[in-house]
Amino acid sequence: MPDPIVIVGAGQAGVALAAKLRALGYLDPLILIGEEPVPPYQRPPLSKKYVSGELEVDRLLIRSRSWYAEQGIELRLSTRVVALSPGEREVTLSDGSRLRYRQLALATGARPRCLPSEIGGALRGVATIRNLADADAIAPHLQAGRQLVVVGGGYIGLEAAAVAAGKGMQVTVIEAAERILQRVAAPETSSYFRDLHRRHAVTLHEAVGLERLAAVEDRVASVLLKDGTTLQADLVIVGIGVVPNDDLAREAGLRIENGIAVDAQCRSSDPEIFAVGDCAGFPWRGTATRLESVQNAIDQAEHAAGAMLGAAAAYDPVPWFWSDQYDVKLQIAGLNRGYDQVVVRPGKRPGSQSVWYYRQGALIAVDAMNDALAYAFGKKALEGGKSIPPAIAADAAADLKSAIG
Amino acid sequence: MPKVTWILGNGKEISAEVPVGHNLMEAAVAKNVPNVIGECGGCLSCATCHVYVDPDWYAKTGVPDEMESDMLEITLAERKPNSRLSCQIKAVPELDGLILRVPQI
Repeated sequence: MPDPIVIVGAGQAGVALAAKLRALGYLDPLILIGEEPVPPYQRPPLSKKYVSGELEVDRLLIRSRSWYAEQGIELRLSTRVVALSPGEREVTLSDGSRLRYRQLALATGARPRCLPSEIGGALRGVATIRNLADADAIAPHLQAGRQLVVVGGGYIGLEAAAVAAGKGMQVTVIEAAERILQRVAAPETSSYFRDLHRRHAVTLHEAVGLERLAAVEDRVASVLLKDGTTLQADLVIVGIGVVPNDDLAREAGLRIENGIAVDAQCRSSDPEIFAVGDCAGFPWRGTATRLESVQNAIDQAEHAAGAMLGAAAAYDPVPWFWSDQYDVKLQIAGLNRGYDQVVVRPGKRPGSQSVWYYRQGALIAVDAMNDALAYAFGKKALEGGKSIPPAIAADAAADLKSAIG
Repeated sequence: MPKVTWILGNGKEISAEVPVGHNLMEAAVAKNVPNVIGECGGCLSCATCHVYVDPDWYAKTGVPDEMESDMLEITLAERKPNSRLSCQIKAVPELDGLILRVPQI
């Protein structure tokens, strides 16, 4: 038997890579290794419909349980890769066994950044949301009347706030930056979501740092802010970003730059090792770019599958993202990095609007709030390498369809 | 459980009994129906679960709402009057026997 292709990490990227290798006709052994005990599942619903109890675990699965065997993919769950030896083309697993590979793909994802334990980050009742186990641990505490403090006003934190407010909790979001969503969106989008959360009785503290979490016995009981405010807390959810899981690659001596550095073919500094998804930094518009999204996980993985089998095309995505909060669907097309102009387009329904980002006059991204048409045409324009002039985007009466021809 | 049949571009048929309340994108993914992808998990953000509802069934599945109709603007295959995003069709007993055609992409 030839050595297998080994994929480390059984999330969206790992599964998409395995599926695409088979679809492209790769017939030799293929091993997909995942740390968690459950078959690969979708993470986005964890902070939304899953934690709120609207979806059971089987409905999160990316593929049916039988699919892996049907495809000849050996799925090894509850297994960690603890070491990588590129020279021997070998990985060491958590049970001590070793596995030789023909090619290796790292789809190891990212992990939530935690609050330091010195300020209470390790107390009971302090949670992050990344895995099924995290969501399962949080779900029983989402109860009406209890108090939740969300640390970090990014998408994950705001989604958790929305679910908790929907359950009747008293919710406070604290954000150290000047405004919520500062890292990812323009002030116009921040203010849309600030208003939305306020209408749902969520309290927002922006531009104020966290001093520390205080406990009663070993369980969090309150949150102290730098401005002297004290917030009571039965539960603290921390959403302050993620860190790429690049340790294996780093220890193996692979080049690291904003995650595991890969080229446009998803190849790392070792020609037999590829990296995809949240853990991989790839060249995009001149910058080592790391995207944390389902779109990137799937598209980059499918791209890597081709590259592993010899294709030479460059990965050049139009990124897209989404978030659901209350009855608002946010859809984002493109990446707003380096924007120098923003226009707002009112939507055709109450509460629908879109925010259009430009750099040097060219469209680079759209945030669409309950406005799928703006998202659809913004995405279409970006995919076609076209722009929609700011004056047209800002004019609710102007037809977007004809603007992109 | 209502039985749903997907007819692929090559004429091949795949059928499944779908639990009531599940949407027909997730049902298709569970049955490995090619070209029904559901990248966004059914939250109306990707339009990769596009299907054509058999004309005899279209009235029973209902018409797309405004958001879905907007998303149908970016399907890979041509939008037709009977186009739907299958994540927005929920299995109900009245849909027993439903036929969906999967676009060739």
